[in-house]
Amino acid sequence: MKHHALHLRKMLQTSGWISKSNILRPGLAWLMSICFLLCGSQLLPAADDEMITEVQPKLVKIFGAGGLRNLYSYNTGFLISSEGHIATIWNHVLDQNTVTVILHDGRRYEGKVLGAEPGLDLAIIKIDETQLEHFEIGDPSSGSTFPLAAPGTRIVAFSNMFKVATGDEPVSVIQGVIAARTKLPTRRGAYESSFPGEVYVIDAITNNPGAGGGIVTTVDGRLLGMIGKEVKNADLNTWVNYAIPISHLQQAMTEIMTGNFRSSKETEDKEKTAGQVPLFHSTDFGIVMLPNVVPRTPAYVDRILPGSAAEVAGLKPNDLILFVGDELIQSCGEFLDQIGRLESGGKVKLIVRRENALITTELPIPRKSRPPAKPLR
Amino acid sequence: MQCAIRFDCFRLMMVIGLMIPAYPQLLTRAYADQIVPGNTSLSNETQDAGQSQPEKIPGIVKEAEQKRIQMIRDVSPAVVAIFSSSGDGGGSGVLISPDGFALSNFHVTSGAGNFMKCGLNDGKLYDAVIVGIDPTGDVALIQLQGRQDFPFARMGNSDLLKPGDAVFAMGNPFLLATDFTPTITAGIVSGLHRYQYPAGTFLEYADCIQTDASINPGNSGGPLFNLQGELIGINGRGSFEKRGRVNSGAGYAISINQIRYFLGHLKSGRIVDHATLGATVRSGSSREVLVDQVLEGSSAWNAGLREGDEIVTFAGRPMGSVNQFKNVLGIFPKGWSLPMVYRRDGQKQEILVELAALHTDTELMEFASGGAARPAEKPGQPKPGQPKPGEKPTPQESPPEGHSEKPAEKLSPELKKLFQSKAGFTNYHFNQREQKRLLGHLASVSGWRGATGLWKFAGDDAKGTNLSLILSPDGAGMQWGETPFLQPAAGANWIDEPPSSGGFLAAMLHWKWLLTEGPEAFSDVYYLGTQPLDGQLGDALNTPLYDALVLSKTGATMTVFFREDGVIAGFDFKASRDQPTCNVRFSSWGTLGGHPFPQVLKVSSSGRSFGEFTLKNFEQKSSTSSEATR
Repeated sequence: MKHHALHLRKMLQTSGWISKSNILRPGLAWLMSICFLLCGSQLLPAADDEMITEVQPKLVKIFGAGGLRNLYSYNTGFLISSEGHIATIWNHVLDQNTVTVILHDGRRYEGKVLGAEPGLDLAIIKIDETQLEHFEIGDPSSGSTFPLAAPGTRIVAFSNMFKVATGDEPVSVIQGVIAARTKLPTRRGAYESSFPGEVYVIDAITNNPGAGGGIVTTVDGRLLGMIGKEVKNADLNTWVNYAIPISHLQQAMTEIMTGNFRSSKETEDKEKTAGQVPLFHSTDFGIVMLPNVVPRTPAYVDRILPGSAAEVAGLKPNDLILFVGDELIQSCGEFLDQIGRLESGGKVKLIVRRENALITTELPIPRKSRPPAKPLR
Repeated sequence: MQCAIRFDCFRLMMVIGLMIPAYPQLLTRAYADQIVPGNTSLSNETQDAGQSQPEKIPGIVKEAEQKRIQMIRDVSPAVVAIFSSSGDGGGSGVLISPDGFALSNFHVTSGAGNFMKCGLNDGKLYDAVIVGIDPTGDVALIQLQGRQDFPFARMGNSDLLKPGDAVFAMGNPFLLATDFTPTITAGIVSGLHRYQYPAGTFLEYADCIQTDASINPGNSGGPLFNLQGELIGINGRGSFEKRGRVNSGAGYAISINQIRYFLGHLKSGRIVDHATLGATVRSGSSREVLVDQVLEGSSAWNAGLREGDEIVTFAGRPMGSVNQFKNVLGIFPKGWSLPMVYRRDGQKQEILVELAALHTDTELMEFASGGAARPAEKPGQPKPGQPKPGEKPTPQESPPEGHSEKPAEKLSPELKKLFQSKAGFTNYHFNQREQKRLLGHLASVSGWRGATGLWKFAGDDAKGTNLSLILSPDGAGMQWGETPFLQPAAGANWIDEPPSSGGFLAAMLHWKWLLTEGPEAFSDVYYLGTQPLDGQLGDALNTPLYDALVLSKTGATMTVFFREDGVIAGFDFKASRDQPTCNVRFSSWGTLGGHPFPQVLKVSSSGRSFGEFTLKNFEQKSSTSSEATR
């Protein structure tokens, strides 16, 4: 693999794609992900079916929120205690706080979200059961650690991708190789990934709908990482296949399980939003939007409040909002953001798509005074 | 989203565009695993990619690689690149016999027309003709022409696969190969016994093999091989969802064991149908499979299955989920009888259920010809009859491209002879060929031709009770112990006589007609395919299959079963569609009146034995002339 990476680097340097001081930079990871979309997996001896049989009972299928348009409603998870602690990816599927968990043998449970660390894309779910087969996570402070795997390590990925397996059917197994260990670029608008640390980039298509929260192991079944949530490059329309090393998750897992956890994100989020309190909300105009569950939830109107300005202007449920004033709206979040920035008084122009027609409407902006901004700490 | 992956040209440009950046990567990927010290090595150090050191490749790895290369070399000649005769699309296939029979997907051949061009890795293009199709299972059988010594693939046993087994997909993805050498992609078995929902009721992948070997548009219909080079599946579909129509890590292959069950039917040149039980099932609270509703008059109903019964095994497989039930139901042709064990009030019962047709003839024909029954769906829209959320993915099958009528192709007269259209058949030519073969076997009983007078048999049953049986132009009569039974021939009003036999007397009259007057005595004759008898279902490789010839006359049908060596094993008789079947089995043949005649007849109906009769004496009274021997 050293060999491999070297070649790759030389080739890319000569083609001027990366600067010579970088070894495996995020751009490369993205390039690889494009390639792997097309070329599939290696010519490798097959994984050991005994190993697969041993690992399968530690995986669960998780069903929760979603199901709207292109939003899938299922994840994968893996057991990390005999008492039903399950690690999984923190995403919209867990929005309802309770989910349905199905064990490898088809047993079905209600799972409660015990805690989450959004900064690590990690959530821990708990089901009421005992004597479950599980991966031993151990306490990092007592010296139990997960070593990092080097690029070139052969891996086997287990996940509930595409919800292919149901009931007692075993989850999908695919093989690959760790292609790189690198950070993912997290620039907003280009790649929506929140995990800041190094990840394993994999040469197989591990990250599919529902695969998040699945696992990557060595060919002899040792736990290496948790398959990350789907991350897409909006410009290139490609996805990256990666897993978060367990060593990065270990501490948060242990803390959530033992109840000693305080999310770092919560305080961060408060800091971020302080100082920019939006003046208006869409409901000030009588518009109720679809729940904003993913970064790119389309800006569909869910309901129009009776007697509101929106009703007078003729807006209807299922209208897709395209413009606020002259600003192009690409998601529900952007719409709420634009509405929040409106100045009191005057009118705002909205362009919506209804079936195949574009409809322009004008709504009066109510008078409201902006509350004083909170000082940043 | 699941998609059928027949290749069509307009998508090619887009894909090639995507491939270009992939190529430099491909070059450097080879053997990456072998360069890492101990290929599962873990280290706490960040690996610096700056230095490379040559390392020895262990002999065992080289040996395995050589074996793999040899295997690929061995099987590649059997892989077929299929093109429509108009050249606007295509897919893949695999040869399975030296006389040119090849398997592919229905969604490949349906777009290619009745005649297609097939490329092999010898660089030559062969003509091929459609033989039979299974639109529900997405399988098609074609025959390549021009050789009797085609290279062909050996079929393996897909039931022996395990998750993690190495598999190889071969075919012509993106129609890349202009010299027809197959593209090979490698992977592992990602899952087994997968159930992938149909589009409507067609293109259902039951009990299929899931693999991470790259399967792309154009791979459809191509083979999936195991490490031994045995054919274990036909690739046909993948989960793509929002990622575009390129491999996304989950491809699906129809298991070769399913195709084994259908192969005889496909060779019949018919449009082959799948089956329904005539009963619906649901899962119970502890995941058991419970009977929901049973259609009155269905075979399952006649055999005693009722609402609330728990299905314990079906076709020998234990039932733990509704998917497992569908997996069994989805791999057998209609008309087969399968053993089932159900539990009611703690008591287990074993029954035999005959599978009813999933579609009407009209539905099948419409779908096969690309007509109204084709599903037209919008991506993202759940289809009617979809499972509840949380059970299965909503498949979005891109409707297979229907083939528009092409301008008349220039076909040689020899090729034209290989296709004959007839309602209900894909290619009637192949049915006629099989009919001829089976009718040839009837020559052994041709001594009975013309002996249309009164036949009188005497014998006994297994308990020694006396029996006499009369078959005359006026009807059939039987005295069994003290009881007489009668079936008049006039008016062809066939009754269940003796009661619960399924109409044994009427059945024997039809048997006599077949012997004395031949198939000409029947208004319709066709070759059905192959099937096991009386639910004698071993595994896919060891199920004895019998050729079935169907003869009908005034609403009644008689299905005659031939052993592989041509010996007639018995027949089924059904007076009309909604009457039970009379199963007559010949457990031994002897000579009566100087001609071969079945000596021991085992009679049953609806899975219940009616009697076993041994015929000992035979008398014949000719009503018109003396018996004519030919």
